[in-house]
Amino acid sequence: MKLTTFLAGAAVALGLATGAVADGHEKTKVGFVYVGPIGDGGWTYEHNKGRLAVEEALGDKVETVYVENVAEGPDAERVMTQMALDGADLIFTTSFGYMDATINVAQKFPNVKFEHATGYKRAENVSTYSARFYEGRAIQGHIAGKMTESNIIGYIASYPIPEVIRGINSAYIHAAKVNPDVEFKIIWVYTWFDPAKEADAAKALIEQGADVVLQHTDSTAPQAAAQEAGNVMTFGQASDMAQYAPFPRVSSIIDDWAPYYIARTQAVIDGTWESMDTWDGIGPGMVAIGEISDAVPADVKEEALAMKAAIADGSYHPFTGPLKKQDGSDWLADGEVADDGTLAGMNFYVEGITGEIPQ
Amino acid sequence: MIRLEKRPQPSRAFAYLTPVLAVLATFVFGGILFAALGKDPVQSILTIFWEPLFGEFAFFYRPQLLIKGAPLVLIAIGLSLGFKAGIWNIGAEGQYIMGALCGAGFGLAFYPAESALIFPGMVLAGAFGGWLWAMIPALLKVRFGTNEILVSLMLVYVAEQFLASMSLGLLKNPEGFGFPGSRNLQQYQSAHNAELIAGSGMHWGVVAALIAVIFAYVLLARHRLGFAVRVTGDAPRAARFAGVNPSRLILFCLGTSGLLAGLAGLFEVAGPAGQVSIDFNVGYGFTAIIVAFLGRLHPVGIVLAGLLMALTYIGGDIAQSQLGLPAAAIQVFQGMLLFFLLALDLFTNYRLRIGRVETA
Repeated sequence: MKLTTFLAGAAVALGLATGAVADGHEKTKVGFVYVGPIGDGGWTYEHNKGRLAVEEALGDKVETVYVENVAEGPDAERVMTQMALDGADLIFTTSFGYMDATINVAQKFPNVKFEHATGYKRAENVSTYSARFYEGRAIQGHIAGKMTESNIIGYIASYPIPEVIRGINSAYIHAAKVNPDVEFKIIWVYTWFDPAKEADAAKALIEQGADVVLQHTDSTAPQAAAQEAGNVMTFGQASDMAQYAPFPRVSSIIDDWAPYYIARTQAVIDGTWESMDTWDGIGPGMVAIGEISDAVPADVKEEALAMKAAIADGSYHPFTGPLKKQDGSDWLADGEVADDGTLAGMNFYVEGITGEIPQ
Repeated sequence: MIRLEKRPQPSRAFAYLTPVLAVLATFVFGGILFAALGKDPVQSILTIFWEPLFGEFAFFYRPQLLIKGAPLVLIAIGLSLGFKAGIWNIGAEGQYIMGALCGAGFGLAFYPAESALIFPGMVLAGAFGGWLWAMIPALLKVRFGTNEILVSLMLVYVAEQFLASMSLGLLKNPEGFGFPGSRNLQQYQSAHNAELIAGSGMHWGVVAALIAVIFAYVLLARHRLGFAVRVTGDAPRAARFAGVNPSRLILFCLGTSGLLAGLAGLFEVAGPAGQVSIDFNVGYGFTAIIVAFLGRLHPVGIVLAGLLMALTYIGGDIAQSQLGLPAAAIQVFQGMLLFFLLALDLFTNYRLRIGRVETA
């Protein structure tokens, strides 16, 4: 038998299996592909918590499988194909770099549903989803601007992609709003998860006088570095990182994928799954703000919570004019709110941030 | 009293036996590890080694072995020439990146023109990129006597920065909404290193790896240059008397390994990976060092070692998904294999003596 017809045959067989699921005869199988280890304490850890929540909520109607530490590229494509061959009905691919691999595999398995995190390519059986992390960054920026004494805020950035740049801008806008003297020092580490590099970056920032360190990387290494330094404040990233509370970790941005994962799995079970693009924030609960610790004065905490409530009910958007770009050109007029298209592809700093986005 | 005694001649029997013994020892101790994690040890090992080759979906995994193994073999062949001669290129990862960048850059420069000449041009550009990057440590060593281990390794990090810069700047997909990463070469017909027979896993990189294996075998067994490589590694002084020019040998060994690593990068970026992205390199250049030694620096051994490593990667991912084994356990398992191989290697040159030590 030819290999191609074999593969097509397997896909058809899977189609039949999926049909059986709708009748409730068989468990719905959900696969998760992770870019880091589930014990990273950050990004992958939260996705895995989402997976466990699916198991808990849907009980014996579902079976979940996962593979961690999957490199982007051909390895990811192989792992996704393997899951589809093993009978997965729904596969969550949880890293931006899995985008083209997800589309490729989805073409081969039209009856398997795919959900790709943080990407922009969709298909009949591929949805995309992401969270408005920048909403959380606004609250972080506010607290950081109020709390810094050296007026230097360090920022450990991963890759110069729109998601990360949005976070930097959002944090800076709100820090500068309450503290015009604030200065951001940004270090690009070109990794999502590398405790050694992240620790080095944190130490370098602290040596340059930063007394608040924000991170857009997934390990707890910067928290440990700040704890060692003693008087440096941090925020948990992707996960609560509560083991470093109440200080240095004074709050956190938590990605809560559980409600989304449960809803999408339920949709597959019900046969109502459709391809769509989801970009949710604090309001729907995809982004949560971790407990603001007592290291933050009560009035600052109150302001931060008020901002959170305003963002949640939609009365405040973190990118509201007047705002200028770094080069001084106008971006948003007074009261104007950024559109999602611009935010999705953001590749510029706002006015006041020094340095350049690496090219 | 147990002691080690040097054999007068390395044991041929043990040279062939150690890989088998190492695999068996890994099964035993790996099985204990998996059992300690609460998994069925026999099933775990079967999943890693049997499932990809003979399981239900072997039709999919067997071609994957070629895709995963080809770059390892291609790079390891080049490295083995230098290693035999005592010339240590540790920076194949960097040469792999530069080959991919030069090759992909050449192809993308012509986008969207279609021509049958684009892909061959990319192959040449890829080989040139890898060769050029390896020439830096080679020339520095020949001219100033610098240590090629350090220089080639450090150039990996330079190449990684270069890769990031290219993904974010020059080679960035103009239709990518500001996200990093180049156009996908799989969607650019003239530049695509497609499978030669659909579903077979055979792409030009696999063909190149096979050609490199044959080339290396003939070179080492039949050619004067191969003799120079071997004698330099075994007895550098004798090599000088035999008329070997050490500078030219350094340039040849580093250049060839760089060239092959560059080719591996090009075939990967134009085929299975598809695009230049910040995380394009996944460590083939470093794993190939292990493959070269696992294969005894012998061309045929390297093919087997490359396939074995590919098997543990593919089987490891299956075991993760089907049995819930953690990735770290799979890595420990792979590490065990290498550990036992190197440990048992001792018996090729030494034998155990049990009994009294005769004192003079």
